[in-house]
Amino acid sequence: MDELLERVVRPPLANVWLDTLGDSAVLPSAGEHFAFSTDSYVVQPLEFPGGDIGRLAVSGTVNDLAVCGAVPRYLSLGLILEEGLEIALLERVMASVAETAREAGVSVVTGDCKVVARGQADGMYLNTSGIGALRADADLGMDRVRPGDHVLASGPVGGHGLAVMLQREEAFGFESELRSDVAPLSGLIGRVLDACGEDVAFMRDPTRGGLAGVVTDIAFRSGWRLTLDEACIPVRQEERYAADMLGLDPLDVASEGKVVIVVRAEASERALEALRAHPLGREAARIGVVEDDRDGLCDMITEAGGRRVLQKPYGEELPRIC
Amino acid sequence: MAALAEELAELTVPFRERTLRFMEVCGTHTVNACRSGVHGLVGSAVTLISGPGCPVCVTAQRYIDAAVDLGRDASVILATYGDMLRVTGRNGSLEAARSEGASVRVVTSALEAVRLAERHPDRQVVFAAVGFETTAPATAAAILEVRKRRLANFTVLPCHKRILPAMEALVSDPEVRIDGFLCPGHVSVVTGSELYRPLVDGHRIPCVVGGFEPFQIMEALVHLARQVVSGAPLLENLYPQVVTPEGNRVARALLERVFVPGDSAWRALGVIAGSGLDLRPEYQDLDAVVRFGVTLGEDRDPPGCRCGEVLTGRCRPGDCPLFAKACTPVRPIGPCMVSSEGACQAFFRYRRNERRREAVVS
Amino acid sequence: MCLAIPVRVERREGDEVWVRLGSVRMRVSVVLTPDVGVDDWILVHAGFAIQRISEADARATWALAEASGLGTTPEELVGP
Repeated sequence: MDELLERVVRPPLANVWLDTLGDSAVLPSAGEHFAFSTDSYVVQPLEFPGGDIGRLAVSGTVNDLAVCGAVPRYLSLGLILEEGLEIALLERVMASVAETAREAGVSVVTGDCKVVARGQADGMYLNTSGIGALRADADLGMDRVRPGDHVLASGPVGGHGLAVMLQREEAFGFESELRSDVAPLSGLIGRVLDACGEDVAFMRDPTRGGLAGVVTDIAFRSGWRLTLDEACIPVRQEERYAADMLGLDPLDVASEGKVVIVVRAEASERALEALRAHPLGREAARIGVVEDDRDGLCDMITEAGGRRVLQKPYGEELPRIC
Repeated sequence: MAALAEELAELTVPFRERTLRFMEVCGTHTVNACRSGVHGLVGSAVTLISGPGCPVCVTAQRYIDAAVDLGRDASVILATYGDMLRVTGRNGSLEAARSEGASVRVVTSALEAVRLAERHPDRQVVFAAVGFETTAPATAAAILEVRKRRLANFTVLPCHKRILPAMEALVSDPEVRIDGFLCPGHVSVVTGSELYRPLVDGHRIPCVVGGFEPFQIMEALVHLARQVVSGAPLLENLYPQVVTPEGNRVARALLERVFVPGDSAWRALGVIAGSGLDLRPEYQDLDAVVRFGVTLGEDRDPPGCRCGEVLTGRCRPGDCPLFAKACTPVRPIGPCMVSSEGACQAFFRYRRNERRREAVVS
Repeated sequence: MCLAIPVRVERREGDEVWVRLGSVRMRVSVVLTPDVGVDDWILVHAGFAIQRISEADARATWALAEASGLGTTPEELVGP
C-alpha cells in the first residue's frame, strides 16, 4: 500500500501540502490557516461492538484534523451503497453519523450518495472530508520534536482492530464481546492544547499500524531515537488476552479513539492532567521519551528488563478494519 | 532474572575465549528470546543461536513449488497455515497465486481445511501439511475425520518433519559447533522429553527442555552452562508442567496410525533419512502427490541468500549481505525473513539496531 | 500457531471445547486430549488441545507470562 501511494498515487499530485505527509493539510486563506483532511471507510463488518462505519467515518476525519491543531468544524459525507442494503441498517448508520458529529461539535454540510449493483461496495463505503480552523496556539510538526520531550498515550491501545477482527467471518471459531474504542477526540485534544499550547510538539492517532506504527514513524522522520517503557504502555487486560489468542501484538493493532502526544518535558504533567480530566483520557500515561541520539529508531525497554527495537508492522496488512 | 544473568556470567567466565554456543530449535524460542531482549542479558561468553526450528523455513523449495503449482490449479482450493503464504518458489508464492485468482485459503486449524472440503464438494481441497511433531497430530486427526466423513475431495501435501534427525545431523557436522541444545517446548509436549535421549547418551550433548517465557529461557541457559561446567551431559526437563518423558500418548498413537517416518528434504540440510512423516500405504489415496501426479522438483536457494547457513547456525542473520537491504520483511527473499518464526525476521524486528550500533562503536 | 499460555475450558460439545480467556472464546478440538473436561486448563496449538495442565501449574505458567507482559493471571486462577 505504502509503495502504491509513493509510486503511483502521489507523484502526479505533488505539492508542498501533500508532501508534508501530515494527517491534514494546513492551508492558508486570507491570513488564517485551515486544516483539510479526507478519509474513506471500508470496514467489515459494518456494525461492531462499540460502533459502526458511521461513527468511524466521523471520528476518523475529526481526529485527523484535531491532531494537527485544528478545531474541526465542517464535514462532507459521501456514501456508496450496495443495492439491496437493509434500510434499517442505513438508518442506524446515519443516526451514528449524526450523534458522533454532535459529540465532536461538527456539522455535515454537504454530501453525496450513489447506489451500485448488488455484489459491489460490500454493503456500504463511506467517505468523509473535513475542514477546521487552525488554533493560534498550536504549532505542531515532526520538526518540532526535540530530545528530552515526553511521549504520552491518551489511553489503552489496540481496542478497535481487535474488536473488529473478532467479529469477522474469518474469525471462525472465535466469539467475543470486545468493544471498539472509536470516538471523536476534538474535545480531548482541545483540552490538552488549552493547557499546553506550543509545548505540544506533535500528535497523531494510532490507527493503521497501531502505536508501533506511530512511534517508529516519529523516530524515523524526526531522526531522533525514541525509547519506550513497555510496562508503562496502557493496554486493557481483555484486549491483551484477545491479542494473545490471535497471536498479535496489541502495539501493532489500530485504535480509533486514542492519541499519541509528544510534549515538552516541563509540560508533561499538565498534559496528563488535562487528558485524565476528560472521560476519553482517564487512563492516559507517559510511555517514553525522545533521546538525544540521531538514531531514528524506536527502542523499547521490555517487561523482562531487556531492550529491543520496536518495528513498524508490515506484511499481510490486517484487512478492512477502517 | 538479574540473578540468573549473574549466575550465567559467573559460570561462563572460563569460556570467554571460545564462547559457548547453545542452539534453540524452536521458532517460538527464537522469537521470544529476541522480543524480550534476552540476547542482551546472556553476557559475552554465551551465544544463543537459532537452529532449524522454524517449520516454514526448513521446508525445502520443492514442496513450496508443489504447493504453488497445486494452488494454481483451477479445481483446487489450497488450504495453508498463514506463514506459508509469502514464501517464494520457482513459480511465485501462494500469495502471488492468490492475487492472480488462485483459491488459496489461510486456516488456523487442519480441521478447518476439512470443513472447507465439506462446504465445497465441487472442488478439491489440498492442505499443505507443514510443521513438526507439534502440528502433525492435527493433520493425522484431520485425515481420520476425512475417512469418517467419507470425503472424496480432500488431500494433504505431506511436508511434516521430525526434529530429532535434524538435531543429530547438526551435531554430527564438524563445521557446526554446538555446546548444548535448548530443546523445544511444544514439540516435547507431544513427543515427550525422552526424544532427545540419543543426543545426550549417544552424542554427549547437554539438552534442556525449556519453556517460552524469558525467565524460562534464561533458566534453561543457566542449566546448560552448569552441565558444560560439570562435564556430564544430561537430559533435563525444566518445563514439567506440560512436558513429560513420554509426551501425549494419544497424539503419538495418532501419528503412528497415520504416518510412517520417511526421507525428507530440508532447506540447507539436504535429504535426511527418516526425518519426514509420510502417509502410510492405507492413506496414500489422501496424498496430494499421488492424487495429482505431482513430480517434486529441485531445490534452489535464491542467489545471495544465506538462509541455509542461518538455519544451521553457521551465520547470524546480520551476516547475510542481503539482510535489511534487499531482504526485508516487506520484500523478503528467503524464508527466514518471511516466516514470523524465522531468525531473520526476528532479528530484523527486534535486533536490527545491533549492527548499526556496533558500527558506531567501532 | 503456538499459544504458550494455558486457557480454561468453559464447555464441551463432543470432540470440541470452547475455551475462554477474558471475554474472548475460542473453539478447540480435543481429539488429542480426549479426557479434557469443563474447568480444565489446556495448552492449545493450531486449534487443538495438546496437553492438559493442572491448575497449580497453570498458575505458575501464568505468573511467568505476567512477568513478561502477556497479561495478568486470569481471575479463576487467583485463589483466596
